[in-house]
Amino acid sequence: MPIPLLQATGLSCERDERLLFTGVDLAVRAGSLLRVEGPNGAGKTTLLRILAGLHSGYEGEILWCGESVHRVREHFLRNLLYIGHRPGIKPLLTPLENLAALLACHPGSHRDPLEGALEAVELLPFAHMPCHHLSAGQQRRVALARLYLSDEPLWILDEAFTAIDRAGVESLERLLEKRMAAGGAIILTTHHRLSISGAESLDLLAHTGEALAL
Amino acid sequence: MSAMQKLPRLTPRQESVPVWPACWAVMRRDLLSSLRQRQDLFNPLLFFVMVVSLFPLGVSPEKAFLREAGAGILWVAALLSTLLSLDHLFRHDFEEGVLEQLLLQPQPLYLIVLTKVVAHWLVTGVPLILMTPVLGIMLQLDGNSIACLCLTLLLGTPVLSFIGAIGAALTLGLRSAGILLSLLVIPLYIPVLIFGTGTVMAAGQGLPTASHFALLGALLVLALTCAPFAAAAALRISVSNS
Repeated sequence: MPIPLLQATGLSCERDERLLFTGVDLAVRAGSLLRVEGPNGAGKTTLLRILAGLHSGYEGEILWCGESVHRVREHFLRNLLYIGHRPGIKPLLTPLENLAALLACHPGSHRDPLEGALEAVELLPFAHMPCHHLSAGQQRRVALARLYLSDEPLWILDEAFTAIDRAGVESLERLLEKRMAAGGAIILTTHHRLSISGAESLDLLAHTGEALAL
Repeated sequence: MSAMQKLPRLTPRQESVPVWPACWAVMRRDLLSSLRQRQDLFNPLLFFVMVVSLFPLGVSPEKAFLREAGAGILWVAALLSTLLSLDHLFRHDFEEGVLEQLLLQPQPLYLIVLTKVVAHWLVTGVPLILMTPVLGIMLQLDGNSIACLCLTLLLGTPVLSFIGAIGAALTLGLRSAGILLSLLVIPLYIPVLIFGTGTVMAAGQGLPTASHFALLGALLVLALTCAPFAAAAALRISVSNS
């Protein structure tokens, strides 16, 4: 069995005097999708931010390709694509300018033309319109267009489908399946019903602090 | 879906990432955003002009007084105007999620922060310097003093932006950072203000100014090398706690 791309053991996180979760173990291998589940406030976003390295208030160990993420941070970031709650889009720039800026920082992704990705998320007619004229769903699609250009093997997607319509979610599901087939690893949270074969799930409710106290 | 028809087998990449295209992209994005949001560009400049033009009206329009106090007035106004613009430096990026993406770039955060501060200075500091000769004439300063003043501002305003970036990064998590940011940053601004106005005073009295300029230059080098480290660390803390 090959080494998992990302592996975490014994993760626990305390926020505002409350134990969010404890004893979380997970491993994502190439070609697998892990869906983190739990009700609002269970700590899904915090867990994903910890895995991406944005939140440092945790205990436990995170390994990238078998080595501590702190030691191989640059290599880890080189191979990670994270899309959070806030889409990371500048409202005064056009979708094309936003994409170009985001991709310049992740040069592995740059081979296909940007227009192709905008076409895939049905934003090509709006390519030259400032993003603040777009709807919430369209702004999120600008961020998601990066997925169509990404070469990073690990995706961490936090509530990626929020404000996306049915057809949009379906085409994203196809994209995720293709990524898995190509050997990409995906960790995501969503409240949408997903129909992706081979998805694993991690229920944070089983790891809450209260459950430990009982 | 045409962009994704064939996908090569994905494997983790080892080679290092180019740094300059990323810095250029960050610079370009910040400048474009500022140019399209005109009030970010004009508010500090307008504030600068208003403060400076209030002194002849409010204190004294006497030539002797203005000559004496002109450099100080312009420097204090430039300092306050920079302070006013600091909160924008990272806050928009923070709220839009752009900052998270910057922290997750494989390039060194030091260089990214450096680029952002330079972009901020180009938008807020440079217009002040360009406006200074006009206001200098209004304050009855002679040509030599005005030239000297512009040079000190050219060396000094980037220091103000760099030091301010540390304060702006530290107070990012707070809802209203205004007063705390000023309290943090103004004590650190005092040496820059003293050396800046001191240089112009010395020039006005015909004293040598080389040592003054050397001190301002040293402050700039210190700020350029150290402040981005501190601001980068502060940004990580602020994002981690959000």
